[in-house]
Amino acid sequence: MGTIIETNNLRAYYITKAYGVERTVKAVDDITLRIQEGEVYGIAGESGCGKSTLLRILLGAYQPPLTVVGGEVIYHLDGEEMNAADMSDEQQRDLKWRTISYIPQGSMHVLNPVRRIRDTFHDFISAHRDVTKKESFQLTAEYLRDLGLPEKVMASYPHQLSGGMRQRVTIALATILWPKLIFADEPTTALDVVVQRGVIQMLKDVQQKEGSTLVLITHDIGVHANLADRIGILYAGKLVEESDTKTILESPRHPYTRYLIESLPSLDSREERLAIPGRPPALDRPPSGCRFHERCPLAKDVCKTIEPELIEIEPKHFTACHVVEEELNGGHSVYA
Amino acid sequence: MEVTVSTRDSQSEPHGGRVDAPLLQIENLTKVFHIRQGFASQDFHAVDNASIVIDSDKPEIFAVVGESGSGKTTLAKMVLGMESSSEGILRYKNRVINDISRKEMKTWFYREVQPVFQDPFAAFSPLKRIDSYLYETAQNYKMVANKKEAPRYINEVLSEVGLTLAEIAGRYPNELSGGQAQRVAIARALITKPSLIVADEPVSMLDASLRMSIVNMFRKLKEDNNVSVIYITHDLATAYYTGDRIAVMLRGWIVEMGPTERVLGNPLHPYTQNLKTSIPSIKSEEAWDEKIDLAVIETDEYTRTGCKFAGRCPAVMDICHDNVPPSVIHEGRTVKCFLYDETVDPAKKTYLTPAAT
Repeated sequence: MGTIIETNNLRAYYITKAYGVERTVKAVDDITLRIQEGEVYGIAGESGCGKSTLLRILLGAYQPPLTVVGGEVIYHLDGEEMNAADMSDEQQRDLKWRTISYIPQGSMHVLNPVRRIRDTFHDFISAHRDVTKKESFQLTAEYLRDLGLPEKVMASYPHQLSGGMRQRVTIALATILWPKLIFADEPTTALDVVVQRGVIQMLKDVQQKEGSTLVLITHDIGVHANLADRIGILYAGKLVEESDTKTILESPRHPYTRYLIESLPSLDSREERLAIPGRPPALDRPPSGCRFHERCPLAKDVCKTIEPELIEIEPKHFTACHVVEEELNGGHSVYA
Repeated sequence: MEVTVSTRDSQSEPHGGRVDAPLLQIENLTKVFHIRQGFASQDFHAVDNASIVIDSDKPEIFAVVGESGSGKTTLAKMVLGMESSSEGILRYKNRVINDISRKEMKTWFYREVQPVFQDPFAAFSPLKRIDSYLYETAQNYKMVANKKEAPRYINEVLSEVGLTLAEIAGRYPNELSGGQAQRVAIARALITKPSLIVADEPVSMLDASLRMSIVNMFRKLKEDNNVSVIYITHDLATAYYTGDRIAVMLRGWIVEMGPTERVLGNPLHPYTQNLKTSIPSIKSEEAWDEKIDLAVIETDEYTRTGCKFAGRCPAVMDICHDNVPPSVIHEGRTVKCFLYDETVDPAKKTYLTPAAT
């Protein structure tokens, strides 16, 4: 299994100019990713750390003020290597939904409220394939049955369905053309636990059936734990730690990752848990050095001035932290 | 019954509220909505026969959990006097909430009972400075004698939620982070020195890391300020963490209620068990293996005769399809399920495969 999508030193800023004042928000700053074919890659972090911006760039669905100022995004699809920046609009349109798909968060706003579910499916399928209404209904019915959704969903209007069912219909809609690469932005946020479990179950089914690649964005570590193969932790536009799910959850090294995991309440104990002190920095004036140093309990002088590099501290476990690096006393740079 | 009088209640109650009465008394409370489709009309019990008592002598955090569309918010709205009840008893300090006059609602009730809502950015107008809400509340409820005193008092209240007036003075809601804005919303509720806060999903909009700071604050308010909190949420982990008692709601019913440690530590109702196992665990050995059924259409479950969980219940019996289960007391909590009803002939408790909805 090779790499399906990669980014090299990707920088994407929001550049706005109002009344002569230029403001640059560094939402994605120097991110290098390798996402493997067939894996579920989770991206975690607090709100405002650049998760959704990164997703937008990976998906190629962005417009000013969001601008890619450096680096590149490369797709490896159908044995071809394509640089996202060189692709024409037509090429991009051709890829979307058929090869690259996207599951949005607000399912209420995605489905057309005045059309039955089956008609929405027909609209969607007929835009990409030459099918009659009968054929698309049949395709939809088969697909929904495969995923274990009841048939009466087809004839319903979106408002008649429960929130969880709507979200699952949205997932079915986004994946009915069997895309190779699926992006999901907070697919379970705002759903309650039982429904969330149903949605996770379905995402897993969809991903495993065709061996697609799923890039999953959510701030809920519990969702990552049940779905992702590898997790990347973002903080203030930077990738601060990346490893397989088990390592991230059981032996995280970056102080921020530790905070994220330790602050989660669980049903095991009612002992007091502390929230992460402070809040994420504003990205138009990110802190110098390590962007986490203001909130970090381990911060040293070096953290305030020099930006830590992402290094491989053990096989396939990358962390960007001076303190961890010092402990190791010499690692080597990532992706070198 | 012997009642210890807390300092909060030691002054005489000018509005007819009785000191020895429970803080909040809910008995067989029901809210019926009528849905009309053409000429057909259908009754829809959003809250059905709910009974909860919160004592006035000991502040507590009472958690209400359940999936979306289980009637949690309707219950909160009735307690806040924003929605009238259809049947049953709803009293605050022995006063029937529905009968309190508009004037008294303003001068007394909302001084005692304050809400905190889900989305702080929807609760505050984006065009108004956020501190103006604090000044207005302080003046409207005559918590300060004059304008000069207000800043000092507001600063005092803000310190309860870990903020200072200097941090938020003159700022608009969009200049604050979600966690900060929610703290200001809670500070606004605290200005009247309430005895009861009704918090409807106060942390669902926030990141997991920020949730803890809000939830820790509720714990502190209970301990230091004697404030009782009705904490409505679908997040079981924070409910377990903060709640002293918990009620699990399903389609308008309270299916299980009791001390949090008992109910979530060892859930009895199949629905509570389902909820508990659905919390995504970060431990790899606790990953789910079996699959679960979900409700397709919410109103179908609401209008079900018999137990509303029968369509999804793994332990469903014949009797569940046509009969409403009773609330029985079992292992220190009330549970609404035939499995624990000893009056039913065991021969009738035959198991069936779950019927299709």
